[in-house]
Order: sequence, then C-alpha cells, then structure tokens
Amino acid sequence: MSQDIALQAVNLVKYFSTGSSGVLGRATSIVQAVDGVSFTLPTGKTLGIVGESGCGKSTLARLVTRLIEPSSGSVVLDGVDITNLSGKALREIRRKLQIIFQDPYSSLNPRHSIGQIIGDPMRIQGIVTKGNEKAEVQELMQRVGLNPEHYNRYPHEFSGGQRQRIGIARALSLRPSVIVADEPVSALDVSIQAQILNLLENLQKDLGLSFVFIAHDLSVVRHIADQVAVMYLGKIVEVGDSATVYKNPAHPYTKALLSAVPVANPSLRNSDKRIRLVGDVPSPIDPPSGCRFRTRCWKASDLCEAVEPPLQADGSGRVVACHFPEEQAVAVGQSPQ
Amino acid sequence: MLPDVVLSVRNLSVVFHTPDGDVVAVNDVSFDLRSGETLGIVGESGSGKSVTASSILRLNNSNTASTTGQIFVSGVDVLSADESDVRRIRGSEVAMIFQDPLSALNPYYTVGKQITEAYLVHHPDASKDDARSVTLEMLKKVGIPNPEKRIDEFPHQFSGGMRQRIVIAIALINNPKVLIADEPTTALDVTVQAQILDLMKELQTEFKMAIVLITHDLGVIAEAALDVLVMYGGRIVERSSVDALFSEPAHPYAWGLLGAVNSLSNSSRGALVTIAGSPPSLIDLPKGCSFNPRCSHAFEKCSTQVPILRSVGTLGSVTACHLPDETILSLGRKAAAQ
Amino acid sequence: MFIVRRIFFALVLLLAVSFFTYMLFAMLPSDPAALTCGKNCKPDVIAANRIRLGYDKSLIEQYWLFLRGIFAGRDYGTGAAAFSCGAPSLGYSFGQHECVTTLITQTFPVTAYLSIGAFVLWMLIGISSGAVAALNKGKWQDRAASIFTSIGVSLPTFYIGLLVLFSVVIWLRILPFPSYESPFDNFPTFLRTMILPWLVLAVLSAASYTRLTRNGMLEAMNEDFVRLGVAKGLTTRIILRRYVMRQALVPIVTIAGLDFAGLLGGAIITESVFSLPGMGKMSIRAVVESDLPVLVGTTMVAAVFIVVANVLVDIAYGYLDPRVRVK
Repeated sequence: MSQDIALQAVNLVKYFSTGSSGVLGRATSIVQAVDGVSFTLPTGKTLGIVGESGCGKSTLARLVTRLIEPSSGSVVLDGVDITNLSGKALREIRRKLQIIFQDPYSSLNPRHSIGQIIGDPMRIQGIVTKGNEKAEVQELMQRVGLNPEHYNRYPHEFSGGQRQRIGIARALSLRPSVIVADEPVSALDVSIQAQILNLLENLQKDLGLSFVFIAHDLSVVRHIADQVAVMYLGKIVEVGDSATVYKNPAHPYTKALLSAVPVANPSLRNSDKRIRLVGDVPSPIDPPSGCRFRTRCWKASDLCEAVEPPLQADGSGRVVACHFPEEQAVAVGQSPQ
Repeated sequence: MLPDVVLSVRNLSVVFHTPDGDVVAVNDVSFDLRSGETLGIVGESGSGKSVTASSILRLNNSNTASTTGQIFVSGVDVLSADESDVRRIRGSEVAMIFQDPLSALNPYYTVGKQITEAYLVHHPDASKDDARSVTLEMLKKVGIPNPEKRIDEFPHQFSGGMRQRIVIAIALINNPKVLIADEPTTALDVTVQAQILDLMKELQTEFKMAIVLITHDLGVIAEAALDVLVMYGGRIVERSSVDALFSEPAHPYAWGLLGAVNSLSNSSRGALVTIAGSPPSLIDLPKGCSFNPRCSHAFEKCSTQVPILRSVGTLGSVTACHLPDETILSLGRKAAAQ
Repeated sequence: MFIVRRIFFALVLLLAVSFFTYMLFAMLPSDPAALTCGKNCKPDVIAANRIRLGYDKSLIEQYWLFLRGIFAGRDYGTGAAAFSCGAPSLGYSFGQHECVTTLITQTFPVTAYLSIGAFVLWMLIGISSGAVAALNKGKWQDRAASIFTSIGVSLPTFYIGLLVLFSVVIWLRILPFPSYESPFDNFPTFLRTMILPWLVLAVLSAASYTRLTRNGMLEAMNEDFVRLGVAKGLTTRIILRRYVMRQALVPIVTIAGLDFAGLLGGAIITESVFSLPGMGKMSIRAVVESDLPVLVGTTMVAAVFIVVANVLVDIAYGYLDPRVRVK
C-alpha cells in the first residue's frame, strides 16, 4: 500500500527521569530529551535530521522506530498509528520500519555469523522458507557490496565499513519501506563514508526506500537529504528543502551551525563570515525558558525569554521557530555581531 | 629568515610486536617543525599518525613497540635520551592534547589539582599559592567562566568543550615550544570544535608555539595548518603546503580524500567520489606502494617497488608516487577542481 | 541525604533479617524446649522450660519478644527460677547456661583479632603481589603471581590449615600447639597462637586480591588519563600513586570492606582448625548441640556486620569516586 507520506511523527515527547532525592528516592530531575517534535517523511525521499549532542536526535530515532515508548505524541507509519502497538502487531510493523545504528562495532552480535545476523529476521518473521534462507541472505550481501562467500564469517573478521554494510543488509532483510539511520557513517573514515553513502543512495533508488537520516555531520546530511530538519535541545528549530536551508539558513542556530563547519578550502580561512557561539549547550534537564537557543543567540531579546517561538511557515517553503528569523536574501559578509 | 626548527623527526619507525605478527605502524617518517608554525598530519585509521604523535614524547610502550630513528627537541634526541631527560621535556618543552577530553582527565582529582600538578612538576620550587594563581590565569585564558569556583570541581562536572579547554590549559601551563594535538576536536560538537580551533590559534600566537595537528578532517587542516603531511599505511605519501594540497594535491590518495570531501560539499546529488576498498591491514601491507590495491592509476611498478619521496611541481610539494610529474600535477589539479 | 536514605534502608533490612533468621530457626523440626536439657530429660522439665523460655507462645509472639529483648532486655520464667538477660538480649542458651549476648561478648574479641590481623596481612600480600605482577606483565613475576592466585582460590581453608598445623607444630615443632590467651594477659602466647591462623587465612584470601589488583592496575595503565599523566612529565612513582593505584584501589577497597565484614561474622573453619575460642567456633558447637538461641544470636550479629559494612562501603564509594557522588 503506497501512500504519499511514509512516516509521520506528531508532537513526540519523551521525558526521562533521573536523579533521586528524599528517603524513597523519588526522581528529581526530568531530562526533556524530545519535547514536541513533529515531522513528515514523504515516500521515497530522505529526511535529514541534524543536531549536536544533547539535541535528542538519537532518542527521536528510537521513538520513531518504537524501540522506546514516547511520553506522549504519536507515530504514524503508512497512515497507521503505531504508537501504542505491542506484541504481534508491533512485530508486524517491523517488516516495514527498520533502523541502522551508528557503531558498527557494537551493533552486531559478535557471537553470530553474519549469515545468522542477516538471516534471523527473515526466519523469525517467517518470510522465507528454510531452504531459501541462505540464497536470500547471499543476494542481500551482494546487494550491499559484501562477498556472499563470507556467509559464515563473524563480525570481528570485517572492517568498520564492511560491518556497517552488514548492518544495512540486516535492516534490509525484512524488505522494509522506511529505514531510520542513526548516524550510520559517523564512525567511519571519510573514504569509507563516501562508499556507504553511495550505497544508501543506490538502495533508495533501486528499492524505493524512504529514509530518515540522522547525523551531526552537516555535509553528509546536505548531500543525502531532500529535506532537512535542524534540532536543538529537544525541539526542531527549522525544517526545509535541503538546498535552501544550507544556502540561506533562516534560524540563527542553523546559521551558526553551518558557519562552524570547517571548510576544506584554505583560502576561506579567517573570513568574517564565521559566527562563534558563546558557551556550551545548556542541559536538557533545565532548558532555558522561552526559546531554548536564546542563551547563545546574538539576537536574543526579552521576547525570546518570555515566549517560545512556534514552528511557523515563513513563506519560502519552510518552517522556522524563531521570533527574528534571518532575512532570506542575506548579503555576503553581513556580520551578525 | 625562516624561524628556528623546534622539532625534528628523522627516520622514525615504530614496530609493534603482537601475537599475530609484527605491525609496522610507522615507517620511515621524517619532518621538521618550525617555531610558530602548524603542521597538519592527515590520514585515516591505520595511517600511523597517532603513533607518530605519541612517539614524539616517547609514550609508546617499550615492551611491545620497537621505536627507531631520532627525534630532536631542544638539542636532545628523545628516543635515545635518559628517562629523566625525556621527563623534563614532557609537559614543558613539548606538550600533548588527546582526542577524548573525558577520558584524558583524571576523574579522581579536581581540575585545579591537575593543572597545578603539571606546573609544579616543572617548577618544583614554586609555592602552592603561586601554582594556584598561575592556574587561575590559565583557566581564564582558555575561556572557563567563573574560574575561582570551577578550579575545585571535578572533570565530570564540565561539558565536553570545557574539558578540552582544561586539557589545553594543562598542556600550555608551562609555555611549551611545541604542542601536539592528536585529533583535538574529533570528539566535540561542531560548534564547540570551532571554538576550540579558534582558541588554539589565539593561544598559538600568544605563546609563540608550534603545533603538530593530527586529524582525519580535511576541513580542520584547511582551517588551521600551514604545511601538511598525508600519511597512509604508516608512511608519508605526500608533504605540501596547505594551499598546494588543496589546489594541486600530489598523490592519488590525496586526490581520493579531496574528491570525497569536495563531492560531499557539492550541492549536486550525484554519486560521491570514493576510494575503493578499505584501509590496509598493517600486519599484511601490500607489496610495493601500500596504496596500490586501491589506486585507480596503479601500474606494474606500483606493486613491486616502494615509491620514495621526491619533489614535484613548483609549490614545494613532495610525493611518494611512481607516476611521472606531469601526470601527477594534472590529475592533482583536476581532483582539486571538482 | 544519600546517607540518611542508606541508613534507613539498612535498618529496614536488619529488621527483615531478624525476622527471617528467627523464623528460620523457629521452624526447624526439632523441639527447642526438648533441646534445653540434654538427653535424659524428663517431660515435665521440658514442659517447664518450654514455658520459661516462651516456646509455648505463638511464633509471632516469640519473635516479638525476641525483638523487644534486643532493646529492652528479657526476663525469663517466674518466681524463684526467674532470671533475665540485659539488653541487648539475643536469647538464652540453656546448653551453656548463659545469656547469648554474654557468650558473644566473650568470644567476639577472638574473632575480631583474627579478622583484623588476617585482613591487614592479606591486603599487604595481595596488593603488593598484584602490583608486582602488573608492573612485570608477562614476566616470571606475573606468572608466579597467577600460579599463586590459582592455588589460593582453589585450596580449601580446612585442608591448608590442617596441613600447616601439622607441618609447623607437629612435624617441624617450630611453634607450640595453639592455645589462645588474650593479648592483655599473655601477649607472647597470643602472638604464637595467632600467627598461623593469620598467615593461613591471609595467604588464601590474598589470592583473589592479587588478581584484582593486577587486573585493576593493568586496566588503569591503559587509560588515556594515565597517558596524559606521563605526557605531563610526571615521575613513574606519582603516576602509579595518583593515577594507576588511585583508580585500581577503588573496587578493591570496597570489596575488602565486605570481605572483612564477612570474616567478623566468624571465620568458622579457621577457628575450628586452630582451636580459637571465637564466635565461629561457638557457632559450630551450637550447631552440633542444636543450641538454637546461640545460632540465632550469632547469625544476627554476622548479619549486622554485613549490612553495616554495605552501608559504609556505599558511602565510601561516593567518597572515593567523585563521579558517583550525588549532589
């Protein structure tokens, strides 16, 4: 059943309790990891989610794939609300929605052969007959660029890039339509990153997959995503077309993030365009009132402290959560300080 | 007048003896570093860049590693000197910062204690009060807010960026001539990374230091380095100025790296330039040029003879490749123009 | 606040232990009253004792009296045959004609001396041999230490104890047969008696600490912050002390605390082999004679030590590892 929208998150919230106090050890602090995040993933497209540590993107990945339960909000897969599913129903949606993890070294069971790792999901879900399993697995291995003869080898016999390919093959084994990739190339060398990204793009083309691609590396997301969402401290601050967001960021944080990336061009060194944010990211346990970015924003005003800016369309085809979004025709060299 | 040479590495080789065989982690690496300059060393995992860095302060475990060659600092060959001489150099003439600021700090002592400790080791006659005030000064310089309070806090009470600043404070407390920064920003968020790089540049000017900056990130190299060594499989495969590296790279591996990085930052959605294959196993390096299995320009000589470093072009670049000069220059310019 | 919470839970735990201990012994098939007067006991004496010791009451009532006795002392019997055990009363042993608390106060010092001496020795032996092994990894010292560890953790105390006793006292005649005297009464005899049990207990217990120290140190030596310490130019001695040992000792100290507490409950086998009149030996005798009140009492005391040790270790851990401290 193909719909226009492969996956949707509606106002997802996830709070974690931590700390303890009093004699009975009640939780004192709440980590507001994800605080009201919504997004839409059109079928066959890639949505990139970008943010730094503590922004909640990994938690979001797990919420959306139902690895953890949201405190509130819902997840809609192919038009069906999957938020409260459990047991058999939940296992069924696993055939449509899969996840690729970041660390190729810890996401594979070192005691299972890769034939097992890739084949188990198929076998457990009963989508393959016993005789066919090996052939199906080997076909998948070939598709992701692994040598099918290595069927019986163990993860430690492979390099990081190859292990990530195994992880991708495993994600594909149930023939999902949506894959959430949580920083799939962050742990890899640059030359290998490029290989894996090419592979993912080819798979998307061949199999019509829809991706949610989570990363902290902006250039990676820029390349692979059709749409980009920028997260900060549990909230989405900007969503838009990939090219537009990167060329003309509307939210100050996006702007700062982009200007912070070191460019592989020595002649651009020391240019005035660089924005240096002051201070560190505040703790998600006690986020700033109003706009969460205001403590590091050069434009912050009293309004920003009092009122949280809603995520609103700004007329250029994107949504931004800012009281003073950047002007869309930014002259080069305009210093924000 | 060129500035003085503060660090001179000559024919450094490091071999690790493992149960599976001998691993040649660093193979005949030589370079000079002049006062006030930043030398970038770029390479991926297994390139030998980190082992090179740790050899400069003789941090390799002598039980498992054989280190040969010479490393001159302030007239002393670190590799053959007495342990006490080496200790004198560590932390005072040459200082080092590591990749992961969380694990680099001793979790059991306060931040202030760790900085004063570094100071007192090399200023044994200083009083505790002197050490403390020097430490406070340093904390202010590296941008720790409210230093009087935070000096008595523990590392886990700081964020990643702050911890890296503390590591920098420890390194610079004795005004070293050379700072070795081993992937100083890899473990940090992008916005924090920018802060730390800026900080390092400021302090470099103020302290008149030379920096050896090790990274896998070409962007960081472009931002911060003056000269660059490209390492692969334990050897230097290219040495050039940073401008030359990005306009006229002189080794197929550099072309691949640059291509991957450039195609990534291009707005077009086409396939990325990649380098086929994976980084080599250091136990079983390919014969001849260790890059040859992955090189699309390899020919017969490449799998039999190890290429020697030679000058190429007019920008002062040095390369270890069997291809003729003109080919290298033209392919290099093409790779840079993508 | 953290401390208050731990203490509160410790008290709850102790209460639970007292309940289960009492119930466990109370539910044994033997009739406690019958055990009070030996083999040739007339039924009416048994009946009288039953009433005197309160065994005719319900289990819950018995428990309650027991619990109350810990705080307020306990009276037994009525009239001319009445007697009482002052607080904290843990019961009355008919077999030994003495309040259990008194018995414990008499025997505990021996156990304490044994435990403390052994503890000091095993920590010294264990940590130093572990350190030597770690610093000489792969060489003969390391291998010797690992042999020592394997032997130490595999050999049972009674076997080695008897072997040592036999060799040293009977065969080589270096020391006289152990005969305990209080250190305040006769110090040389005290030493001569204790030296063997101390050594046996220490050497056998040290083995696991050798391994703990060795592995803890090797792990610490691989840590980044140790490398940074070296890169600062610190001497090896400072690195070992402030960096390596500081980290390796944290789990060792906490485990040692618990081991020591366990020993205080009565090193039963060692005391028996070397005829030391400690709490452990008393417990064995109580088992043989089915002297339930003594058993309940010594179990309770042992439990108290362990619970207290746990609380102290938790608090100590927070002190030793700043990362664990709750703000």
